[in-house]
Amino acid sequence: MTAVRDSLAAPARERRKRPSRLTRTDKLVLVLMCGIPTILLIAFVWFPALASIGLSFTTWDGIGGLGTIKWVGFQNYHQIFTIYPSFGPALRHNVIWLAFLAAVPTTFGIFLAVLLDRQIRFTRVYQSTLYLPVMLSLALVGFIAQLFFSQDQGLVNGLVGRSGEAPDILGDPRLNLWAVLIAASWRHVGYIMVLYLAGLKSVDPSLRDAAAIDGASEWQTFRRVIFPVMKPINIIVVVVTVIESLRGSFDIVYVINGGKNGLELLNVLVYDNIVGEASRIGYGSALGTILLVISLGFIISFLVISFRREQRP
Amino acid sequence: MVDAETVLSRRKLLKGFAGTLGAVTLPAALAACGGGSKAATGGAGGGGGGGAQSLGTVTFGSNASDAVPKDAYEKVFAAFKAAKHGDVQVNTVDHNTFQEQINSYLQGKPDDVFTWFAGNRMQFFAQRGLATDISELWSKVGDNYSDALKAASTGADGQKQFFVPFYYYPWALFYRKSVFADKGYEIPQTLDELKTLAAQMKQDGLTPIGFADKDGWPAFGTFDILNLRINGYEFHMQLMNGQASWQDPKVAKVFDEFRGLLEHSQEGALGRTWQEAAQGVAQKKTGMYLLGMFVGQQFEGEAHDDLDFFNFPEVDSNVGADTLDAPIDGFMLSKSPKNETGAKALLEYLASGAAQNTYLQSDPNNIATAKDADTSGYNALQKKAVELIGKASNISQFMDRDTRPDFASTVMIPSIQAFIKNPKDVAGLTKQIEAQKKTIFAS
Repeated sequence: MTAVRDSLAAPARERRKRPSRLTRTDKLVLVLMCGIPTILLIAFVWFPALASIGLSFTTWDGIGGLGTIKWVGFQNYHQIFTIYPSFGPALRHNVIWLAFLAAVPTTFGIFLAVLLDRQIRFTRVYQSTLYLPVMLSLALVGFIAQLFFSQDQGLVNGLVGRSGEAPDILGDPRLNLWAVLIAASWRHVGYIMVLYLAGLKSVDPSLRDAAAIDGASEWQTFRRVIFPVMKPINIIVVVVTVIESLRGSFDIVYVINGGKNGLELLNVLVYDNIVGEASRIGYGSALGTILLVISLGFIISFLVISFRREQRP
Repeated sequence: MVDAETVLSRRKLLKGFAGTLGAVTLPAALAACGGGSKAATGGAGGGGGGGAQSLGTVTFGSNASDAVPKDAYEKVFAAFKAAKHGDVQVNTVDHNTFQEQINSYLQGKPDDVFTWFAGNRMQFFAQRGLATDISELWSKVGDNYSDALKAASTGADGQKQFFVPFYYYPWALFYRKSVFADKGYEIPQTLDELKTLAAQMKQDGLTPIGFADKDGWPAFGTFDILNLRINGYEFHMQLMNGQASWQDPKVAKVFDEFRGLLEHSQEGALGRTWQEAAQGVAQKKTGMYLLGMFVGQQFEGEAHDDLDFFNFPEVDSNVGADTLDAPIDGFMLSKSPKNETGAKALLEYLASGAAQNTYLQSDPNNIATAKDADTSGYNALQKKAVELIGKASNISQFMDRDTRPDFASTVMIPSIQAFIKNPKDVAGLTKQIEAQKKTIFAS
């Protein structure tokens, strides 16, 4: 993450002429303002991340001093890939989650933002209504989802009215992931909509006018003019979607059934192995490292592509 | 111009980034400070009573976060103060959080006395030096407990005691007396009779056997009891402590019978909580339900009086039907208690029938463990539970207490759920379980 931050800060620094001379106070302020965040970043991001990677090659039950940690090489990874039946589904569900969130609610959120940007009537009302779920934590969304999808006492089966034979939405591993994705999307749509709407508001109106004068249709204007100008926001949207699908997914599935039976996700497996009584710290760290590699893979490749293009004159 | 704008938005992007990063690290920080939510009762510090034999203040780590047991404990400690002049400072933590944080709790600054369960995890803490040997105390209170309870309080070495039992409850098949009376059902004595009864119930429009496993652990009860009935207590414990193989044909037989029961059980178990399944019995839609006696919490007033249970029937006459799961809750002494004299006095008091009766008055879904507990105030269910457990030759503690917690939570929960989803592939399932068991028990 620091790499990203540096590469962003660098061009800004170059562009400005070096200030004449820094006073002692300036230097102190600079050191403090750079130093404190750096220390925090190292202590709370880099150290835990590197320690997890280190621990992933060991076995430890968390009891006793650091001396009781045993080095086992790639054993944890080997076991995860060969004999851990939850790993395959978890990986698959993470990928489905990411693909679905990117394809459906993100696109829909952008669509809503474009609509609401057109100053239709009651636009503020729509905005607040659609944004409302974002105020709720995903854990709460999970509770709400259960009120809807519970087999015996849920609203959906109540409306369908097939008592007894009602589909067991949250218990059926073929259905529950999709039910949860719908609930998660409900919140994600609003989030993306607001991000995108804020971006649209800042687009120079003269660009639209120019496009209109050139005879571009609505779709062409959006596709060829607005969308490219919105690039920074697009990046945010993609990054937010990736992070939400890898991180936010935990809360909702954990509330619903503890991330079992069709709702396995990598971050739930990490939690199950490390946090509970299980205390398989090495094994859980190995799962965490796999998750880290996946998320870094997505984000780094995306950012590299985006910023490389931007660097061109 | 466009450039300047993008720089600005990039800053926004960074902000968003920092925000999400913060959110990523937040759960870890939350997990680290799980020891919170302290609720102190009794006198704050200082000596109690002012009598010459004051015991000072004993700290007590409690997982009794629900209102009913929490109040019940307060009454017990008030009685302790009156009888023995000792103050108890209670530190209550949410039940599940307490269980999840137990490793770090015991390695940090644990309270003098803490609530825990008999079984594998108790022995594990004893082995790792996280609990104090209380064999000396047992020489005083031992006569007040049955041999089975003493065995359940003893460490893995079979010599020293580390645990004081407080109350326990049996697992059995619960039903409504009025339903059985109306339809003229008989209590089944064998598994075949149980299946015949289930078929009859189905004809009568009932769901024969309630079943719920959304949380992953309730179905352990079915596996446990079938294994105890088919293969006996010895083999069950060998399987639980990792000695016996899950690929043993004996285990396959248990899963075969389990599959047979599934045909008579409520469908869609993986989306149902035990509370919802219990409601089925309460509403007379379900005939019977295998669960611990805490199922009584879902029954109120008249329905609670109508609730009854019977022992899970015999499967093999050579094995009999006199073992069952009856998890025991009680207390342990932490590794270096600040007030050891006071803590031992508290444990001795908690081992008395008087203390246990005080507790059970507020929480009647359990029964006392001490011999001198007064059972005259028990309701019908409690009396029956005493009789059932009294006849038991062996008591097991439930799978997630009898085996390693990492094995129970990361292997057995997904495996039993996989079995419920696809009951056909027992060979593949037991092969997976055995492969994982080997790696877990080796570490």
